[in-house]
Amino acid sequence: MSLALDAALIATLLWIAGASLTSRDLFRAVVLFVVFGLLLSLAWARLHAPDVALAEAAIGAGLTGALMLDSIGRLRRKRRPSAAEKR
Amino acid sequence: MIRLDVAVVAGGCVALGVGLAALVVGLPPVAGDLAGLVASRVGDSGVTHPVTAVLLNFRAYDTLLEVAVLMIAALAARALPAEQAEQRDTRPGSPVLEALARVALPLAILVAVHLLLVGASRPGGAFHAAAVLTGAGVLLRLAHELPAHAIAGERRASLLLVAGVAVFVAVGTGAAGVTGHFLGYPPAWAGELILLVESVLAVSIAFALWALFP
Repeated sequence: MSLALDAALIATLLWIAGASLTSRDLFRAVVLFVVFGLLLSLAWARLHAPDVALAEAAIGAGLTGALMLDSIGRLRRKRRPSAAEKR
Repeated sequence: MIRLDVAVVAGGCVALGVGLAALVVGLPPVAGDLAGLVASRVGDSGVTHPVTAVLLNFRAYDTLLEVAVLMIAALAARALPAEQAEQRDTRPGSPVLEALARVALPLAILVAVHLLLVGASRPGGAFHAAAVLTGAGVLLRLAHELPAHAIAGERRASLLLVAGVAVFVAVGTGAAGVTGHFLGYPPAWAGELILLVESVLAVSIAFALWALFP
């Protein structure tokens, strides 16, 4: 049972990583990256490393995701400065 | 039709992955029983959680350097020119975000203090507490309650950044005066010293991470 869970976790991790890297839409890529981080923290928990799992969920998925979303918002504002002013 | 650059990058990634995997599989077994060594000496560390004992006592030097790297990165990020006033997002913050930030901030501080204190005996500690604090700080920023340019030029802000490493080095040097080893805490005081270092580190790390959000 746990072997099936681990195999599914590994397969999903690889799939999400590939999807995030190949996504043309930056927003979609970042959301997939956050999902990847959360799944990776699950993997750490499965490896009996709760400390690393906590750090991965908080820093890897949460903060890095927020930082990249912030960058996307900034890029969009820069590309359309007039549109940002109008809103 | 696969583009050449994509193929090269993908090929490089696969080669790196296979090479790393081959190296890891071929590694010689770790000399000595490290886990057993830690377990036998955890009583001298001042804490009961073996991970915290390694990070803040047995291998405190690594943690000190790690925090120093983070501090330098944050200082460099702060040195970048601030966003021009006309580029600033001047739209009013969302009232939903503002309400959420008001509820989440006290809860985040509570959780962070809990994580900090619980680190002595269970998974937790300065880095986790700092991440939670930073999350609350980012929420405040998104709600336009605490904009970056309000504190960008503050000298005190840089002091907060440096405080973690400064206190860590001061405690390590003080310990050297007692035991003769840099960061070699006397066992009788180790618990209190680790708590002191972790408390200041949590604030410093939180501020360093938060400083990366311009």
